Amino acid sequence: MTQPVSPPRGGTDKVTPVSAPPAWRTLVFRADVRTLSLLGVLAALIVIGGITKPDEFLDTRNLQLVLTQASVIGVVTVGMTFVITSGGIDLSVGAIVALASVWATTVATQEYGFAGILFTAVIVGVGCGLVNGLLIAYGGIVPFIATLAMLASARGLALQITDGSTQIVSVDTILDLGERDAYVLGVPPLVLVFAVVTAIGWLLLNRTTFGRRTVAVGGNAEAARLAGIDVRRQRLYLYLLSGLCCGIAAFLLIVLSGSGQNTNGNLYELDAIAAAIIGGTLLSGGRGTITGSVLGVLIFTTITNIFALNNLQSDVQQIAKGAIIVAAVLVQRRTATTT
Amino acid sequence: MAHLTSRRGLLFGTAAVSAGALLAGCTSNESDSDDAAANDRPAADDKPGKKVTIGFAGPQADHGWLNAINENAKSRAGSYEDVTLEITEGSNDTAQQIGQIETLINKKVDVLVVLPADGKALTQVGLKAMRAGIPVVNLDRIFNSPQAYRCWIGGDNYGMGLNAGHYIGEQLKDKKNARVIELAGLDNLELTKQRTKGFDDALKNYPNIEKVARQAAEFTVESGQAKMAQLLQAQSKFDALWNHDDDQGVGALRAIEQSGRDDFLMVGGAGALSAFQAIKKDDGVLKATVLYPPTMAASAIDLARALGQGKGVSGLAEFEIPSSLTLYSAVVDKANVDQYMSTGFK
Repeated sequence: MTQPVSPPRGGTDKVTPVSAPPAWRTLVFRADVRTLSLLGVLAALIVIGGITKPDEFLDTRNLQLVLTQASVIGVVTVGMTFVITSGGIDLSVGAIVALASVWATTVATQEYGFAGILFTAVIVGVGCGLVNGLLIAYGGIVPFIATLAMLASARGLALQITDGSTQIVSVDTILDLGERDAYVLGVPPLVLVFAVVTAIGWLLLNRTTFGRRTVAVGGNAEAARLAGIDVRRQRLYLYLLSGLCCGIAAFLLIVLSGSGQNTNGNLYELDAIAAAIIGGTLLSGGRGTITGSVLGVLIFTTITNIFALNNLQSDVQQIAKGAIIVAAVLVQRRTATTT
Repeated sequence: MAHLTSRRGLLFGTAAVSAGALLAGCTSNESDSDDAAANDRPAADDKPGKKVTIGFAGPQADHGWLNAINENAKSRAGSYEDVTLEITEGSNDTAQQIGQIETLINKKVDVLVVLPADGKALTQVGLKAMRAGIPVVNLDRIFNSPQAYRCWIGGDNYGMGLNAGHYIGEQLKDKKNARVIELAGLDNLELTKQRTKGFDDALKNYPNIEKVARQAAEFTVESGQAKMAQLLQAQSKFDALWNHDDDQGVGALRAIEQSGRDDFLMVGGAGALSAFQAIKKDDGVLKATVLYPPTMAASAIDLARALGQGKGVSGLAEFEIPSSLTLYSAVVDKANVDQYMSTGFK
């Protein structure tokens, strides 16, 4: 009974590895297919947008708008991608954006103008990242708990600083950065910052020792330690990096909205995690893709844009958004496993 | 047509007269209480009376308007020598707020003022307080059962929409095929639906106006900017915008500024200081805002004090305070903004 079935099976199993391309090639190909499927989703959305609202959607200003709105969450997602790649999670990103934005826009710092606001936003972001990193890397607290605690306390502190009121920015140099006069060859400065952060993030993850260490820590922390990587220090740097990204994002949000409010960055943690996962970064760590994350963010922003242009109400938007997330991941998994 | 206009005029006229009468009532408080007719009806006034301890439980002040609510309650209570205010930490968590109110019941405060994070969810604890003999002044978000409170005071969300709609209607009444858009607040709140309903009902009086788009934001600056930027992109031409909330309006105004558009008029909602200042300056699209006055918290303290002292309300013939009081959502524009400036919240 067993004889007729098992031998041929064993035979084919032995044949496949020989005829298959080398492992690295499969990996590159798979990554490409993943990226292509994301581009496909994005292209499909663009077609939908173009069909439903040709005049409004296929318009330079709309492209500028979509990219601008992707910038803030995009910068946060780049930092998040590193953290998730290392097998961690950062639930505090939205709260850090809120805290950094209100701290930077309180009246005291507004006296120091542009530099004061930028500096404060970045320092607060890095500071929060440092606390997260120390708690996780050296305090031995799991990332989920440590960053959850940061989420709560940073939001609380943001509320305390503002007393619930909106901090309106009166520094013209900051406000001007969000105006159309400031566009560089039609590109808003916010989008430029997003592009630079993305480029640096991509280089850092794919072309440096830092990036390889991040992947190694996420793949197998014990093996990474045995291979001579200082896992703790690496983790500390990663949460610092995420905090830095939040600080930059907070500054971008100040430019965009002309104000700081304790409700800023609401649910960024979920959006950033979702974008990274859709992009193809493994939630369990060991694999990360900046390109994928950025495409994930762009898909989200484009969906929101199409919904608003077609005047769909928020209940419909939420249902459709959920469906599209599932669809995107299914499409991606299908294409990734069939190759 | 003329008939319609005059009826509308009457509507506004009545509102203006009643507002005027209210003001007069406030200013001539002292002399009124000396009137012969009022002698046998004790009405609350500023003179110190029986000591009253008021327990105040509000939601977390994570928004300009809610913060103003807490401030108004505190400062009004502070202005009375005979009032002690027991205030709990604000919370948006139903269970926590129930616990806080129970603590106030146990402390045996004389009167409770409650602005529930969720009116329906806090009905039971309101009933509990009433059964314990502590009268409850329900502020703004209404309890499910009239048995759970002695008096309700709050804003008029439907009226906000109605008055915003009428203001916009009057501004655009000579315009053919006028297009109006709406930037609503959080769609999962009942009050947002009421505001939209009022707005739509008002616009029905103006057949030349069509509402062409509506998007919901989240009462935050960030969401206001994002949604407004999309709306501006979606609607290349419109004549008026009603924005439900001045806090998210900061973001909406920012998006409008960034788009470089100024070919429409905007009406806000709530009554933030920044909105009042912009209306007074009159250099942008924001021409008016419909009030949802945070002073209702101060009024709630007044009513609670009157309840505690067993008095009625000055200027009314009743012996007792009313069981419900809905504030008027006045339209504040350049003409009357100075009068309201002091009530603007940050």
